[in-house]
Amino acid sequence: MIVDDTALIFEKSRHGRQTHLLPEPDGAPVEKLIPKKHLRKTPPNFPEVAELEVVRHYTRLSQKAFSIDTNFYPLGSCTMKYNPKINEKIASMPGFARLHPHQPDSEVQGALQLMHDLQGYLAEISGMDAVTLQPAAGAQGELTGILLIKAYHVERGQTGRIEVLIPDSAHGTNPATCTLAGFKAVSVKSNARGGVDLDDLKKKLSDKTAALMITNPSTLGLFEEQIVTIAKLMHDAGAQVYMDGANMNAIQGITRPGDFGIDVMHFNLHKTFSTPHGGGGPGSGPVACKKHLEPYLPIPRVVKVGEGYALGYARPKSIGRVKAFFGNFGMHVRCYAYIRTHGPEGLRRNAENAVLNANYLMSLVSGRFKIAFDRPCMHEFVIDGSPLRKLGIHTLDVAKRLLDYGFHPPTIYFPLIVKDCLMIEPTESENRETLDQFAAALIKILDEAKTNPDLVHHAPHTMPVGRLDELKAAREPIVRYKPVKAS
Amino acid sequence: MSRPSDAKYSETHEWVLLPKKGDAVIGITDYAVKQLSDLVHLELPKVGDALEAGTPFGEVESVKTVADLVSPVSGKVTAVNKEVLENPDILHEEPYEDGWLIKVKVTEKSDLDSLMDAKEYKEFIEAAEEEGGEEDEGEKKKAKGKDEDEVDEDDFV
Amino acid sequence: MDYIQNASDDAAAMLKAVGAKSVQELFTSIPKDVRLGRALDLPAGMTEQELLAHMAGLAARNRTTDSHTSFIGGGAYSHFFPALVDQVAGRGEWVTSYTPYQAEASQGTLQSIFEYQTLICELTGLDVANASHYDGSTAMAESVAMALDHSDRNRILVSAAVNPQYREVLKTMFKQIGVEFVELATFEGATSTGGLAEVAKTAAAVVVQSPNYFGVIEDLAELARAAHEGGAKAVASVNPVALGLLEPPGACGMDIAVGDAQPFGIETSFGGPWCGFIAAKMELIRQMPGRLVGQTVDGKGRRGFCLTLQAREQHIRREKASSNICTNQALMALRATITMSALGREGLRRMATLCVQRAHELHDAVTSIPGVSRPHKSPFFHEFAIQTPVEASVLNERLLARGFLGGVDLEKSYQDLPRGMLLCATERITKADIERFRGALAEALREPR
Repeated sequence: MIVDDTALIFEKSRHGRQTHLLPEPDGAPVEKLIPKKHLRKTPPNFPEVAELEVVRHYTRLSQKAFSIDTNFYPLGSCTMKYNPKINEKIASMPGFARLHPHQPDSEVQGALQLMHDLQGYLAEISGMDAVTLQPAAGAQGELTGILLIKAYHVERGQTGRIEVLIPDSAHGTNPATCTLAGFKAVSVKSNARGGVDLDDLKKKLSDKTAALMITNPSTLGLFEEQIVTIAKLMHDAGAQVYMDGANMNAIQGITRPGDFGIDVMHFNLHKTFSTPHGGGGPGSGPVACKKHLEPYLPIPRVVKVGEGYALGYARPKSIGRVKAFFGNFGMHVRCYAYIRTHGPEGLRRNAENAVLNANYLMSLVSGRFKIAFDRPCMHEFVIDGSPLRKLGIHTLDVAKRLLDYGFHPPTIYFPLIVKDCLMIEPTESENRETLDQFAAALIKILDEAKTNPDLVHHAPHTMPVGRLDELKAAREPIVRYKPVKAS
Repeated sequence: MSRPSDAKYSETHEWVLLPKKGDAVIGITDYAVKQLSDLVHLELPKVGDALEAGTPFGEVESVKTVADLVSPVSGKVTAVNKEVLENPDILHEEPYEDGWLIKVKVTEKSDLDSLMDAKEYKEFIEAAEEEGGEEDEGEKKKAKGKDEDEVDEDDFV
Repeated sequence: MDYIQNASDDAAAMLKAVGAKSVQELFTSIPKDVRLGRALDLPAGMTEQELLAHMAGLAARNRTTDSHTSFIGGGAYSHFFPALVDQVAGRGEWVTSYTPYQAEASQGTLQSIFEYQTLICELTGLDVANASHYDGSTAMAESVAMALDHSDRNRILVSAAVNPQYREVLKTMFKQIGVEFVELATFEGATSTGGLAEVAKTAAAVVVQSPNYFGVIEDLAELARAAHEGGAKAVASVNPVALGLLEPPGACGMDIAVGDAQPFGIETSFGGPWCGFIAAKMELIRQMPGRLVGQTVDGKGRRGFCLTLQAREQHIRREKASSNICTNQALMALRATITMSALGREGLRRMATLCVQRAHELHDAVTSIPGVSRPHKSPFFHEFAIQTPVEASVLNERLLARGFLGGVDLEKSYQDLPRGMLLCATERITKADIERFRGALAEALREPR
């Protein structure tokens, strides 16, 4: 960045400047069409800028963001892998992008066929019987899945089942979701191998248990070896097993949740199926379930009728709608394209290479860093950062210094059960040299902590801003721009 | 600063002082404040609200954590410290005086019997520190100590 | 096909470094009897060239708002947007980044969200807007959660003129935890305010929409007054384009405004992804769900932006959080931000004015046809209901044959509007389109069964 260009678009506004997009309105004056009391007294303070300024402003801003296209981005649990360009092109085809969701079924047969087939693909990949594409993101998928379980128990008169067991390594959405569904989240301890502590699980399992919510592979990057036993325990007690499918990337084509005892799960299309993360969304969180939960799936369902496809609403046991229309269709298109590109062979290779890359990277750093669970990992692994304290640094310092080396840092505030952690997920997309370079940077930072600790403590040094005062931001929230009034 | 010897202390790091006459005063300890580090916001009950011993009566929020305030006693809120609501920094300076949170008309004085005195509380946090290793770093996430303790008690049993 | 870079030589060297003989060895934690042991039953992979042809085939089986002149609205709006939106928002840096956890390496994303929050505040006349939400329907659900969080009451009053799908989402989310919904009736297409203050005494919130599902502009000031008199929060779902001209919900006294920024540069895309927004009075900032970007400074005093008030969110509050949202719709919010900036003050005025003008011209044109009438007298923005002698579904088929996507079938959701149809006109519609449509509609109505 040569020019210091930190102004907001509003600060670039000059009276009278504009883009020329729309004609001057030529109809009756608005005052004649809408009663005056409904009209706003002052227009919203939108910027007045010309087209080049808009283009340059947002292009410049884009350059102040790390991305997969520009940087290695091993953000654990987020699966930042390559987002194929062709999928963007496809999703923007008018035949997909310019569909209005109120168009009758007969006019959108291509879209419905795509959704129908995608449901089938996801069912096959998960080993489940039915899929809804409606949830807008993983968190909404979770809630949908838990509501299916609730409806199932309620229909059976099991209204006393008010607790959901959640391993303590779980993502914060899991307990939050339970609360939204009117359940009480009950935490289950992890054992020394990073799996579920079976004794603790048995202790907490009762006739009040509605379900277990498990992430497998877990957020520690480990496959739950006891999953079959756990699922049986739950089922024998009349409870259901929900799986957070955030980490399906590691097991697609290798094993299927439906085959290891899961009743219902969600996918994160932006993780396993590489729909772009877009700076924080949009996501998409389809839910897959076994036959006994299918009647409760949200409406409408995409169904095949003869040779055609239709939206089915007549489902009396459905939990209802979780979102307007049919989900984030644009993400379904990308996911469909991704699965069709890969086929069964490609998806399995994704899992294998994600796991190989993670284990390789772990082997490169394990001599110098403490690995939280010393066993082969799946798609990601966790460094225990507590020994760093002896060097006078914290995982946060490592993270910030990595930015100077051009790498996006791993996840550091999660999972909570490893108090100081670096959760690293290289994904299958990266090549060996990148992993080598990243490992070298991590190790170099350890050396710097000894030889030049200030360098690490005050990192990053190469970004548009240094470490920000988050306390100030929270204490005196400034959450919008306000023009400075000329006196 | 020294912890008042006439106050009682809870395992969730609240203190309560019951004068001979008048209402009990409740606050959080210097240890809790240190653990939470950068305080951002407090949620406190309204005057007249009923409190139950062992249940949350408010929240304290720092940049990257939030913890329940657990009432050591049952009773009715008679006063709320408006100054500390507006300026949580007072807690860093004066957690036992200007930093009091609420005053409560206590219904069950025996609630206080199960609480620790200053000496017991000192031993309690020393034991907790040892268990958790040296946690001297000033990182925001450190403050989780308190939150997790509470989760343990509220939900894990 | 796949996008894996490492060749088999690389894999061999990496396995050696790991100390494994084969990749399979890395999967031993998966119990043998639950391993798949066969290939997934999916169609074989395709090259990019094959894929493109296949997808084009699927796309060709859909009719679009480009191939046909469309008068469909009902919560999704087909607007003009500038070419620069696709070009700039389509940049890989925007598309392939994630939530700005590392503020120093995400100033672009954070600043764009800060600008988005500002634009939404400007539109709604409220103090604080979050970094975006899934869509308008789920944003409304979050607003109800905010109101419930702020109240001891367990009842929500919802206008019958709120988008029926939005109301369905509310019921899915809250009926299962015992929240009661009471429907507010309409008169002449607008929500009745008579006696509202009294009913509001038992409610946590009064939820309305303006322009409402019938396109009618609600009297938000009166609705907010009645809600507050009863001690309930006032929530309005609003159309952001309409706010270019209409009195903003904040100025009307509304506590929370929600809606969908889809009309600003976001494709209708068969219903998503779009961009829900939530704006509120400052006193509700701690009840606000989702990400929030704040301004601050770095160690050298330079302005910077970061995620703030994170202690509201699920990753910290866990089971105590009142929302489970993680992501926002950043890329969609960016498209809306770029569009709003490009439109600017003058462009927004033109867009909103053209919508009003075309819709009223459309109204005059279609109601001049014998047998076609508007069932409501209240003022409208860019949508309005009509009733005709023919069922909307039948009429739509006949219109389709004449090159038009007709209107939303109202009777499905409103039995008191038999043969009702909702028509919408945006600035994409021309006067000539309206003339042609009048002819086509008149013909379609004469067509024998």
